[in-house]
Amino acid sequence: MSKNTKTVIILLVIAVLIAIVPLFALRNAEFGGSDDAGSQMISEIQGKEYEPWFTPVLENALGGELPGEVESMIFCVQTGIGVGIVAFVLGRYVERKKWTDKLQKENKGNNVEQNAKTDMA
Amino acid sequence: MLKRKEKLSILGFALLVMIAVAPVSNAMHIMEGYLPLAHCILWMVICIPFLVIGLLNIKKTLGEDRRTLMLLALTGAFVFVLSSLKIPSVTGSCSHMTGTGLGAILFGPCVTSILGIIVLLFQAVLLAHGGLTTLGANCFSMAIAGPILAYAVYKLLIKMNVNKKVTVFLAAFLGDLFTYCVTSVELAIAYPSEVGGFGASVIKFLGIFATTQVPLAIIEGILTVVIVIALETYARNELKSLSF
Repeated sequence: MSKNTKTVIILLVIAVLIAIVPLFALRNAEFGGSDDAGSQMISEIQGKEYEPWFTPVLENALGGELPGEVESMIFCVQTGIGVGIVAFVLGRYVERKKWTDKLQKENKGNNVEQNAKTDMA
Repeated sequence: MLKRKEKLSILGFALLVMIAVAPVSNAMHIMEGYLPLAHCILWMVICIPFLVIGLLNIKKTLGEDRRTLMLLALTGAFVFVLSSLKIPSVTGSCSHMTGTGLGAILFGPCVTSILGIIVLLFQAVLLAHGGLTTLGANCFSMAIAGPILAYAVYKLLIKMNVNKKVTVFLAAFLGDLFTYCVTSVELAIAYPSEVGGFGASVIKFLGIFATTQVPLAIIEGILTVVIVIALETYARNELKSLSF
């Protein structure tokens, strides 16, 4: 295993740990959705419930909030699009390096052979 | 010697994070309809020059070397992935990363603003996450201010000959964290406290946004380093043409 591979694996393990540990360390925590606490803080500062003056276009069209399951589906679509492109590009790069490395090796091999031939002559 | 310092600083951070365990609180982008109209327009206007320069820069970079298109796609996709992952944090709430650090160090902050606003539009329209009225403010914090800081940190540390991986980590980490500091300031400007005014509000919002974000910013730094390692192994030529 190359040094880089090791570094990458160790780094990824650390990243996963940082993400997961709070889940186990804070068993009673809510790990709630995104925006609620921000709006709570605004209500707290203003001393009254804040009424947003504009509702999301999607909620207008639906006539209500986006169902939680659908929301997580769309978040997955977002992740999927991203991962797809990242994997596609990186895959191409990895394959390309394999080929260029191979071609370079062959070229070197040919050169050595040719040199040997000219030496013989 | 340097390694030891690194270890110490990481330990220090870990301690800080543990001390900072705060009550339940969570937040990411500024919610739809939560900023006064004047603020919405103002932030959008501030964003426009960056977006225009970003578009011109993309055209120029692609004109110089068409192959960087793949790299640009990868960078944009990286923002897509990272900003879609809601990750539990030590504060007992979830937040997500920005992923804009990579774009900032490869293509510069202006190009990153374009990548960022695409993601913000996606989330505002399809997910009711963030919002169209607050697009300007969110774009400024996530796609402009954060990347600018990441870019500055990167350039500075490279000049000081700091180890490249450490540089990339710190740039992405600080860029991510700064994004949420700017968000706090934006909210505080709109909602100054009755007692203590703007300053007190900033501290309150920072308490929500920044503390939640610290561990996530660390993860973002790590992931950015991993991608950069991969690119340095497999896409040297492209990186060279970006003079990375």
